[in-house]
Amino acid sequence: MDARRPPRAVIDPKVRTVGFFTPPDPIQFDSNSLSPVMIPPPCHSSENLDLHSPPSVTPPSGDESVSVTGSYNGSSSELFPAPMSPALSQKIVAGDGGVGGGIVASSFPRGGGVPVCKLTTVSVVNTDSFAFDERDKPNKGGGSSMEVKDQAMNSKQKNEKSSKAERRALQEAQRAAKAEGNKATGTVTSGNLKSAKATKPPQKVDNTSVAASEKKGVDRPSEKDRKKDVPHPRMQYDDKSRVEKAKRRAVVNHTESRNRVELFRHLPQYEHGSQLPDLEAKFFQLEPVHPSVYKVGLQYLSGDISGGNARCIAMLQAFQDAIKDYTVPPEKTLVRDLTAKISSYVSFLIECRPLSISMGNAIRFLKSQIAKLPLTLSESESKTSLQSDIERFIYEKIILADKVIVEHAVTKIRDGDVLLTYGSSSAVEMILLRAHELGKQFQVVVVDSRPSLKGKLLLRRLVEKGLTCTYTHINAVSFIMHEVTRVFLGASSVLSNGTVYSGVGTASVAMVAHAFHVPVIVCCEAFKFHERVQLDSICSNELGDPDVISKVSGRGDVNHLDAWANAENLQLLNLIYDATPSDYVSIIVTDYGMIPPTSVPVVVREYSREQVWI
Amino acid sequence: MLFLLMYLFIDLDASKIEGSQATAKQAAELLRSVISQQRLPQTHQATALISAVRAVGEKLIAANPVELAVGNIVRRVLHIIREEDLSLATAAIDGLELSAVSDDEDDVERDDYPVLSAAAVAAAARSTLRPPSLQTLLEDTPISAAIPHTSSSGGDSEGKSRSVDKSSRGRKLKHDVIEAVNELIQDISTCYEQIAEQAVEHIHQNEVILTLGSSKTVLEFLCAAKEKKRSFKVFVAEGAPRYQGHLLAKELAARGLQTTVITDSAVFAMISRVNMVIVGAHAVMANGGVIAPVGLNMVALAAQRHAVPFVVLAGSHKLCPLYPHNPEVLLNELRSPSELLDFGEFSDCMDSASGGSLHVVNPTFDYVPPKLVSLFITDTGGHNPSYMYRLIADYYSADDLVVKRRPATTS
Repeated sequence: MDARRPPRAVIDPKVRTVGFFTPPDPIQFDSNSLSPVMIPPPCHSSENLDLHSPPSVTPPSGDESVSVTGSYNGSSSELFPAPMSPALSQKIVAGDGGVGGGIVASSFPRGGGVPVCKLTTVSVVNTDSFAFDERDKPNKGGGSSMEVKDQAMNSKQKNEKSSKAERRALQEAQRAAKAEGNKATGTVTSGNLKSAKATKPPQKVDNTSVAASEKKGVDRPSEKDRKKDVPHPRMQYDDKSRVEKAKRRAVVNHTESRNRVELFRHLPQYEHGSQLPDLEAKFFQLEPVHPSVYKVGLQYLSGDISGGNARCIAMLQAFQDAIKDYTVPPEKTLVRDLTAKISSYVSFLIECRPLSISMGNAIRFLKSQIAKLPLTLSESESKTSLQSDIERFIYEKIILADKVIVEHAVTKIRDGDVLLTYGSSSAVEMILLRAHELGKQFQVVVVDSRPSLKGKLLLRRLVEKGLTCTYTHINAVSFIMHEVTRVFLGASSVLSNGTVYSGVGTASVAMVAHAFHVPVIVCCEAFKFHERVQLDSICSNELGDPDVISKVSGRGDVNHLDAWANAENLQLLNLIYDATPSDYVSIIVTDYGMIPPTSVPVVVREYSREQVWI
Repeated sequence: MLFLLMYLFIDLDASKIEGSQATAKQAAELLRSVISQQRLPQTHQATALISAVRAVGEKLIAANPVELAVGNIVRRVLHIIREEDLSLATAAIDGLELSAVSDDEDDVERDDYPVLSAAAVAAAARSTLRPPSLQTLLEDTPISAAIPHTSSSGGDSEGKSRSVDKSSRGRKLKHDVIEAVNELIQDISTCYEQIAEQAVEHIHQNEVILTLGSSKTVLEFLCAAKEKKRSFKVFVAEGAPRYQGHLLAKELAARGLQTTVITDSAVFAMISRVNMVIVGAHAVMANGGVIAPVGLNMVALAAQRHAVPFVVLAGSHKLCPLYPHNPEVLLNELRSPSELLDFGEFSDCMDSASGGSLHVVNPTFDYVPPKLVSLFITDTGGHNPSYMYRLIADYYSADDLVVKRRPATTS
């Protein structure tokens, strides 16, 4: 390392020669600009570049480096002189200040010998053309993203084959130049503007110390955007006035359960069983709710549909039906009316069962799609476009994502493994079945817990497929953990601080696995990621029917709590979810690949932007 | 007696006796009757008693080796016999020494010595186990010196007084031992109260306490604090697969405590709001590890994660002088799968299964390593896990640690 470091410092300016080898060549920036977004790698990628390039590239452009660096300063304004609004240029400056801090301020005019400066300026400038696209759709392999990937690989190979790399770089530069030309002809659209904004938050997150200086740099719109991005505070059910309001709106007649647990007053807790007949009776009165939405709502309520993916797909399909049957009322616009309609459906569904985070994400996607409908589109066109959007969401985000996850996760299963899973996760089930199909020899331990006993259903499906299974309850998990080599868990959501929000008990299993040094692999589709953060399982959760706790299925002898509601000091608590701290999780398998829990915020940010851009 | 013995065997086998306290008590009562019916020879009475107790004890332990309380009681009784014998012997030797030193001493005074309460002498003998104080080091040399002589001590004394002494000693020994065993039984049955007395020191106003499953000790402990006008909340995890937590919750609620039943899976979710975990134990090993109802290892780990004190309540009959080796397997018991799956529930897919198979694991106990335990509360007070070995040395003699093998080698 020491041997490699010094040259970097010395030759650093020359790197720019690589970047500016052919003057309108932002692709080099691109590869750099990619770095500040991916938080940890940036130094590396730039470092690599710096390391590899000098020996090959410097000689031809030895003196050019000076001139280029000189022009560099200009280039930032020269490359996009016309399209850039004053606000944008201001933003660029702000960006510099944001990341480079004082160093940048001083070094920038001089042509910047400090790599950090180069990175940041570049990132801001280039988002206009490329950086954004490629980061956005890393797996869609668009032209530019491929190039960047090549570039990255290139830079790695340069060590050995510098000449080849050089040629490649040239090629790419030309290609990029072409692309650049295309883009440059078009004016900078609002999208570009947005993209510039969008790249900001990461920088700010990176070094909060500089956040203040960035604020000074007049960054109003992005600031606003960011504020909008912050998830709304959830409804707190111990806030009486709001609960009253909600009740007035409510369609479903809830009776609040007695004997509520003090700690969970902020969550809705209703007596179960009373709503269903009530709702059924109301079917013909409830005009505004579309029948398929109504059906799904009832299925949620009765527990016929459970599991994150199933619920999400059912909801989306119901919305699809609703959109198909939808007609714009006279003197109303589709965008507004449909959004309101969807909102009313959603609130109906919430009354049936609180939304899961993945469903929230799906709804957000749908609403953004509606909002983005061009006004020029006719009613039927927009309806079909929305339907196909939903279709695509289901296919790409859920079905295809699961396939990708399975392919990734299967590589983690070896012959002779003993895999433990908790509850029933559709992704984990697919992984196990796929591994079995591939002929891997392994055993499965299914851990289950009351009251849902979903593990039994999973166990049945696995045993029917011929897998070797062991079944046990959650208390025995530390007994069985000695024999386990991997733990596969599903998740309802992954929050941006790395917390895995999943069915209750997951945290305990992950904790025991951690204590026994068994790797914990969480499988979760990226559309379930959420930017919310949570430290414990109490602030946000869902309460199930407490009655199911008092009855133990198949055990008539356990009947001590039959009349629990009459005992005034006794409460039963049926939590649905819990939050697994990120340090218990070894790896999260998503459709974007296998990432550590610390990388979740990156995926959340990238992904949510993609959702807008889809 | 045989009747009783058979009865206990059957009970142990079927695990009918609930809780180690009841088992311990029954075992002690059984051994008491063994002792009282044992006919003692003229010489080596203690050895005879010990071998008799050992023979029964071995069978008792074999009936259910996982029920450590039985072994503990057997060892306790053996220890009592040794102590009583020792105390008698030391008393006799003291008397002899006294008579040897001063011939002109009265017989009256000599007779006084055996009358000395055995307990006092036993306490003195026990003190030899304790780290010797400076005073005992300086003054009390004869006691420790006398110990090796005990077996042969009878031979030294005068012929005339010997037979008288012997017969009285024989009766005395049996009597004393039975007395001491009675005390032990008394101790076992009152250990709840003694532990519960300490509740106020540990439970404060507005605390939130978590427990798993059901334990009479825990129930009494919590209620004792409640009676002292402390108001606090209790979370009870139900404790699959036996769901004893339901029972405990019902009892607690009936006694006026704010009780919330949670599922076992919610323990981790709730532990962040808990001030203290208080649980019962099945047995406490010499290293401070705990054999506890299944699920407690998980609770202990969660408590450690959130720095919540993990307190184990254990009567002294649960202190086991053995060090555990692979206790999760060797000191465990797998219960019936029917507690998890209904009979025949999976028979349909087992028939058609293409090579698939299904096992059900349903263990009874968990091992909680000493590093996860914050405190033991026994009837003698609170102790650190690292101190348990020392506490155990007070109750058991080192010769009895292995009950089983000794008779096998002698016979």
